[in-house]
Amino acid sequence: MTVFRDLSQHILDIAENSVAAGATELYLDIREDPQTDRLGITVRDNGRGIPPEMLAQITDPWVTTRTTRKVGLGIPFLKQTAEMCDGSFEITSKPGRGTCVTVSFRLSHIDRPLLGDLVGTLLCLIVGNPNLDLIYTHVVGERSFTFDAHQIREVLGPEVPLSDPEVLAFIRETLYEGLQALGSEAVTS
Amino acid sequence: MKSLEELRKIKERALLRRQMASQGAKARIIVAMGTCGIAAGARDTMSAILKELEQRGIADVTVTQTGCLGLCEYEPIVQVQVGDQEMVTYGPIQPERVPVLIEKHVLGGEPVTEWQIKQ
Repeated sequence: MTVFRDLSQHILDIAENSVAAGATELYLDIREDPQTDRLGITVRDNGRGIPPEMLAQITDPWVTTRTTRKVGLGIPFLKQTAEMCDGSFEITSKPGRGTCVTVSFRLSHIDRPLLGDLVGTLLCLIVGNPNLDLIYTHVVGERSFTFDAHQIREVLGPEVPLSDPEVLAFIRETLYEGLQALGSEAVTS
Repeated sequence: MKSLEELRKIKERALLRRQMASQGAKARIIVAMGTCGIAAGARDTMSAILKELEQRGIADVTVTQTGCLGLCEYEPIVQVQVGDQEMVTYGPIQPERVPVLIEKHVLGGEPVTEWQIKQ
């Protein structure tokens, strides 16, 4: 039924919208809360935003900025998946400032897609979009982990790309260890 | 635990690698990452590309993403451009095809015609 196997693919899909909107910063927040049985994901960018008329219809599959096809299925599918899992979907935007997508799910819902290969996904996002800085926070219960691409770039300077094989390995291990320390489903399942 | 100190050392080695790669990137790989691409497994394809480059220690190939190219039936789509040769569009490129693509076209300069999308 769902077009994406796991939630990390949904996150990648939404993030690609941010890239297309010219974003240079992407704030990703993931919150696994076993106590309240909720999973929350927020993707916020500083791209060009969505005009109010389009925003009002954005969850309609026939509404899209794609020129290659007449449908934009990413947002409608995410909304549907969330609502199927006792969750919610919200999108806000300010033209010229950015867009924010907030989605939640009941963590233990039987149909709730797993987070999946989050590390692989974030790596693709970081490497594939050199103009995008990812600021990522992941919380599991009381513990949190943050990754800030700004920090990495500050150390590396302008000449070394994040796609350098050693840098890539460093980022992969940083993300993996961070998520492991949290006991996140993204690395334990 | 990873430290920024470790990253500083990596930076030094990376700068050396940059210097050795004469004119910057010698090849470009572009992975289509629209909704259709992601649904077809483009994320796994890109991961496979990054792994292959990392394993071979290749530092002078840039890998970037693009949106939907309108050839959704051929997803996952990968475009390769080596030096000043023509860009070649491939599809479908599942993760299993990545090693051959890197070996033959990216490193060898020879397009893999069987996988090329013919317009």
